Amino acid sequence: MNLEIPGKFAPIIHQARQVAREVFRPISRKYDRAEHAYPKELDLFATIMDGMNDGAADGGAGAGRLARSGGEGAPGNRNGTNMKTVLGLTELCWGDVGLALSIPRQGLGNSAIAAVASETQLKRFGSTWAAMAITEPGAGSDSAAIQTTATQDGDHYIINGEKIYVTAGERANAVVVWATLDKSRGRAAIKSFVVEKGTPGMSVERLEKKLGIRASDTAAIRFDNCRIPKENLLGDPDISVDKGFAGAMQTFDNTRPVVAGMAIGVARAALERTRDLLAISGLNLDYRQQTWHLPAAARELHLLEAELEAARLLTLRAAWMADNGQPNSREASMAKAKAGRVGSQVTLRCAELCGSLGYGETELLEKWARDSKILDIFEGTQQIQLLIIARRLLGKSSSELK
Amino acid sequence: MPKDPIGLALSIMNRISGNPLLDRLGLRSPLEKTAYHGTRAGFRTIALAGREFNRARNWLPQTRLPARKQGELFDLSLDDDQLMITDSLHRLSREVLRPNACEADESGTFPARIMASTAELGLTMYAVPGEFGGVAEQQSPVTSVLIAEQLAWGDMGLALALLAPFSVAQAISQWGTGEQQSRYLPAFCEDHPPMASIALDEPTPLFDPMHPATTAIATAHGYRLNGEKAQVVMGGQCDLLLVAAVLDGKPRMFIVETAGRNLLITDDDGMGLRATGAVKICFDNTELPADALLGGDDFDYQAFIDRAALMRCGLAVGTAQAVLDYVIPYCNDRHAFGEPISHRQSVAFMISNLAIEIDSMRLLTWRAASRAEAGLAFHREASLARLLCNEKSMEVGSNGVQLLGGHGFVKEHPVERWYRDLRSVATHHGGVHA
Repeated sequence: MNLEIPGKFAPIIHQARQVAREVFRPISRKYDRAEHAYPKELDLFATIMDGMNDGAADGGAGAGRLARSGGEGAPGNRNGTNMKTVLGLTELCWGDVGLALSIPRQGLGNSAIAAVASETQLKRFGSTWAAMAITEPGAGSDSAAIQTTATQDGDHYIINGEKIYVTAGERANAVVVWATLDKSRGRAAIKSFVVEKGTPGMSVERLEKKLGIRASDTAAIRFDNCRIPKENLLGDPDISVDKGFAGAMQTFDNTRPVVAGMAIGVARAALERTRDLLAISGLNLDYRQQTWHLPAAARELHLLEAELEAARLLTLRAAWMADNGQPNSREASMAKAKAGRVGSQVTLRCAELCGSLGYGETELLEKWARDSKILDIFEGTQQIQLLIIARRLLGKSSSELK
Repeated sequence: MPKDPIGLALSIMNRISGNPLLDRLGLRSPLEKTAYHGTRAGFRTIALAGREFNRARNWLPQTRLPARKQGELFDLSLDDDQLMITDSLHRLSREVLRPNACEADESGTFPARIMASTAELGLTMYAVPGEFGGVAEQQSPVTSVLIAEQLAWGDMGLALALLAPFSVAQAISQWGTGEQQSRYLPAFCEDHPPMASIALDEPTPLFDPMHPATTAIATAHGYRLNGEKAQVVMGGQCDLLLVAAVLDGKPRMFIVETAGRNLLITDDDGMGLRATGAVKICFDNTELPADALLGGDDFDYQAFIDRAALMRCGLAVGTAQAVLDYVIPYCNDRHAFGEPISHRQSVAFMISNLAIEIDSMRLLTWRAASRAEAGLAFHREASLARLLCNEKSMEVGSNGVQLLGGHGFVKEHPVERWYRDLRSVATHHGGVHA
């Protein structure tokens, strides 16, 4: 048993930490204020990241590399792409969550493509920057209830519907859209389609104004008789009960630990800054086995640190299982649920402990307390994670435990 | 506080009901009498028929188990030895500890037949290096934690009683001088190992194990011990005690052989853990020989306390897991409003959260233990694990009872016992050592 981060990941952690410190932090407040402005500083960085991945002998890291590493190669314990991506994103989000979400070619759509695309599709879309469009005005967590349709017409599909909360929806070169081939066939008929930017019929309606992660654009997109080649359907076009939707949902088993890692990153940023500020004001933060003699603020910081450490280890476990080809649906949701709520708990309490300093814009604490909230919502809300965990623990179907 | 008329009346009534005259007039039921005397009994001097430990003539040099070499990669899997130990102890827990737990709790004693059926496991052998007759080859806090987890899944009280001598053997292996190791450790590898216990806690609010009030002063022949220890596991039957006391301003551990000694002992039954036969022990100018001081210059009291914390966390995780494993089938079988209560999110989400927090406790504990095992600094990790276990284990216990509703409150189900036992996670420091 070894629960330490392996030495082989030290370089990528170091690189990501440098980016977070030298690229993200200095422009963090700027793009929080200038919502919807494109952070052009990221272009150069994205090229560096592409280079790192292409040159990596072990398959690289990042959204487009998830899922394909699990269970392959030599038998025995593996620490692969899932863990590496979690670690990298944790560091980047220590810098800035919104900017991390805006890195070109690292969109959630890239994870979806990596998970279900055929080899030919991988060649076509592998280097595209792809956003992910699932949520609709009338369907959020209940993604089986989506209304967007894809109708086959010869060698094409025609897509009609409205999608909201598409992260990087305007900036990305393509959008992976969830749509149903046949509303009467339920979730098995839901497929994902790649719609490239500029396709007639696809239009960005608006960009949302948000509580946090303002550096990341969040688009509402309308599809009005949007015609795409039939080769743009990802995975198997057959409506079968066994595959399809379940396969699409499996993407989440790999992406949820990454989002959990993001929450851990921003929470650690807040905790570290708060520790520094409180240490300057003379608070002793030595660790003790009997904590009731400590000042309330010190005990609270220790407790937050313990909660954060728990979230971190749950997340590493989920990623480690994915790397080793073990089914990790329950563990991925446990990591996401814990990290999501701990992210909010830590950042909000840190802002509170630092008083007006924590609330004001001279520090980033108030920003982190806003940014963290989304991480307990997207990629499955806290409540959806608890539902998934409970169904697995209790052996219940979605019709029994609703 | 001045008494108002109602307070005065109550106080008079109380005095009358405590009047021995009632007994002479036969106005009190026999049951009430027992209760009355039971709470009134003070310290009594007990001569323990402890075994003798002979000073080793040709003692071996001090042995320190080497750190375990860790793999390069993050790895949550258990090795073959750990799988074997956890598997056999889980079976012991299911077949022996769990079925006897209720009776042990109610009688407040550790059943002799369990002692017999667990002796053959040779638990203490795992704590003793090969040179002294045991099987330990390297540091093994992870294995110790796994052992605690499995035993506490059966019953925390019984687990503590079984782990008391194991923990003393661990402590002497970890910290003892060559002479102390040679004198005591071989005994722990015999068919009938000595009963031994770590006496650390004291009856004071906000007790901090780093600052015991018990003192030791150096005398011409050794040390003189003064102070009071509480919740000493199996304390009335011990051949050997490890006692925390401050010497020259620094906390240390002292080895107390009980043979031929008159100790001031009184029962210290608590809310739970009743199978441990806990006692208070009062040291009143107790004279100890010069070699009673555990260890030498390399003794690290903070690390001693941290290793105790690891085991406490292991116990917490085990009993908390027992709660989860119990409420799942219960909530699936229990029907209300025409369907299993587990079909309700308010019930199901509580269960999800139990699982999340139990794994949180477990992973923090495992990380701290695996760092200790590899010879890395682990004070921070052990402290954080302990803090989380203090908070979450009681939450698990409380929600466990809540999920069973009225059934959780009665002794027909074990959950109320686990609730009582889990309260001890945050209050106890002694008895265990990884």
